[in-house]
Amino acid sequence: MSFSELMSIWWPEQSGVSVLIWCLIIILLMWMARTPAHKTIRSFSLVIRNAMRMASHSVTALEKRLMERNREVLLTAGMQETERYIEREFQRVEDVVTRDLSGYPSLQRDLKEQIIRIDEDYRESSEVPPVPKNYIDAIEAVNKINSNGDSMVANVLKAIHATMKRNCEKETAEYRRASKQRHKLLKTMMPYWRNLSKTLESVEKKIVGLEDRSKVIDSQIEKYEQIMAKTNLAERILTSSSITQFFTSALVLIVALLGAYVNFQLIALPMSEMVGGASRLGPMRASDVAALVLVFFEIVLGLFLMEAFQITRLFPIISALNDKLRRNMAIAAFVLLFIFASVESSLAYMRDLLAADREALTQSLAGVAVAAPEFRWITTVGQMVMGFILPFALMLVAIPLESFVHSLRTVIGMVGVFMLQVLAFIIRQIGSLSSNIGYVLLNIYDLIIFIPLKLEEMLSRTKQKPEPEKTDVEMTPVES
Amino acid sequence: MRTILVSRVLKKLVQLFTVATLTILSACSDGRSHATSVMLLLDTSGTYTNELEKAQSIINYILATLTSGDSFAVARIDSGSFSEKDIVAKITFDDRPSAANSQKRAFQAAINDMISAVKSSRYTDISGGMLQAVEFLEETGAGNRHIFVFSDMKEEIPEGHVRDFPINFSGVTVTALNVTKLRSDNVDPREYMDRLDDWSSRVQSNGGVWRVVNDLERVEGLLQGGAK
Repeated sequence: MSFSELMSIWWPEQSGVSVLIWCLIIILLMWMARTPAHKTIRSFSLVIRNAMRMASHSVTALEKRLMERNREVLLTAGMQETERYIEREFQRVEDVVTRDLSGYPSLQRDLKEQIIRIDEDYRESSEVPPVPKNYIDAIEAVNKINSNGDSMVANVLKAIHATMKRNCEKETAEYRRASKQRHKLLKTMMPYWRNLSKTLESVEKKIVGLEDRSKVIDSQIEKYEQIMAKTNLAERILTSSSITQFFTSALVLIVALLGAYVNFQLIALPMSEMVGGASRLGPMRASDVAALVLVFFEIVLGLFLMEAFQITRLFPIISALNDKLRRNMAIAAFVLLFIFASVESSLAYMRDLLAADREALTQSLAGVAVAAPEFRWITTVGQMVMGFILPFALMLVAIPLESFVHSLRTVIGMVGVFMLQVLAFIIRQIGSLSSNIGYVLLNIYDLIIFIPLKLEEMLSRTKQKPEPEKTDVEMTPVES
Repeated sequence: MRTILVSRVLKKLVQLFTVATLTILSACSDGRSHATSVMLLLDTSGTYTNELEKAQSIINYILATLTSGDSFAVARIDSGSFSEKDIVAKITFDDRPSAANSQKRAFQAAINDMISAVKSSRYTDISGGMLQAVEFLEETGAGNRHIFVFSDMKEEIPEGHVRDFPINFSGVTVTALNVTKLRSDNVDPREYMDRLDDWSSRVQSNGGVWRVVNDLERVEGLLQGGAK
């Protein structure tokens, strides 16, 4: 029986009337089943709402746990970072103390010797020569005495004057000599003073350097204390630092990837001369795979080299090795890297030869006279140098990689928290929407059967027995 | 202690490379040959020999495009083309690009010699040449197979030769190059259309892809696309 037949079952000739009869039956049935239908709709919407609320609570709890975990990870990472920083600073201080202040006894001895010399010179120069007597007045007084024409008196006076004048000159000369000697002694003191000043200046510089280091250490210790205390400020600073590190290191890694691509292009063609250009590994040519492996191997060697120098600490096992073993490892990695760089350089040279041959062939096939381009050696040398330098440049990728890996953990955690927040919000919205839909459905239900409801209400009024509408009061729309 | 640590480091390294290699191998293998093999058939019948100089540029283009591991052969279409003697030159390029370049030079020289000394044949056994080409392509086992026919596509078979049987063109792209119009085509162009339609249906009904390229200035991408 089709739907149209079913609809016209009551009055096959008048389908409209038949449909109307169906509607009346349905309305009557709906009016009769109003209370259980309302209960069903209400309970169904409540079930969904409660389930969504519970799910939302669970997601929120998960989000909080994840936030807590992120916080722990962030603070631990920050703590380790600060510890490393402080350790490095102390190492530098130790280096300064060992290198510079280990010579402090000899420095003290030098200073003492210089001070003694200066002291001796000073003592010697402190002996002031006797000031010449005041002969001038006496000579002038003798000179002014009148001999009253007596030649004998005049001779005596002349003799006295000459003697006094001679003595005066002698003492003045003696005084000048003594002063000169004194100035000479003072002059010899000058270099010692300068030496002393220089020595003290160098000591001051070292002390100031140490003072600066101690300030840095102080600030790091303060940061460390904040991290230990798990303050919000420390968390905010570390988060901000992590995000900055993430983007910066990602940017550098992109540049490094481009560098790796250039490196790959440099050796892919000549590699086909070594491993064959026809064999394939899936859609990739074996020569391309070999070139990629070589580039990746160089990057890995660079990583190990950086690890061995303890510039990065991606592998705890390498950090745990003793110094001698790490040094040997660094030497081995460097030697291998050097060999690979040399191989790359020669491959770059071969690439140039192959390119030239190919160019000549293309010209020959095109019927053009084969001409050797001028200054080709520049590109040859450039390619060779690039082939040699790039592996070492790629070695440095370990530093941004470490930053990226460390900051990625924080960023993924943050993204996870954000996703959970969004999920919790969506679930809450679904819960409140289901509640509101339930409310709307109840109203639609009552709207469909409004005629029998109205009749019922009128009958109730006539009987003076009003019944409260339980469902309408209970079911109210929920705000999200 | 030291030995244990070193062995751990080495173990990690080996694990890392094994995983990387296996990932690459499993992700990349599709079991299909990526080599290209090409057979160029040159019509040497009647006045079409005058057109052969144009074929040289096509051959040079194909030589410049093919790489190590690819195969290339040039054969004549004459009175009875299903013969090894009609293959002027054939080669599979060496794995090493430098050796492949030398082979290309030698191949080019062989073709130049052939074109300068070509004699016109009485009949045009295109079907025989096609059959020969399909066999050659099958032997190479290449993933991309092309037959280029440098001809007016007017077949004239000597009496007694049987060529009216289907040829398996499955996986082969057949490209007719420089299909010149004959004097009779000028009188009734339907002959030209019918000729091309016949070949098109013959190739396509046997699993091949049919193309016609008359503008030899636009041969870029000649080895791209086609049957897979």
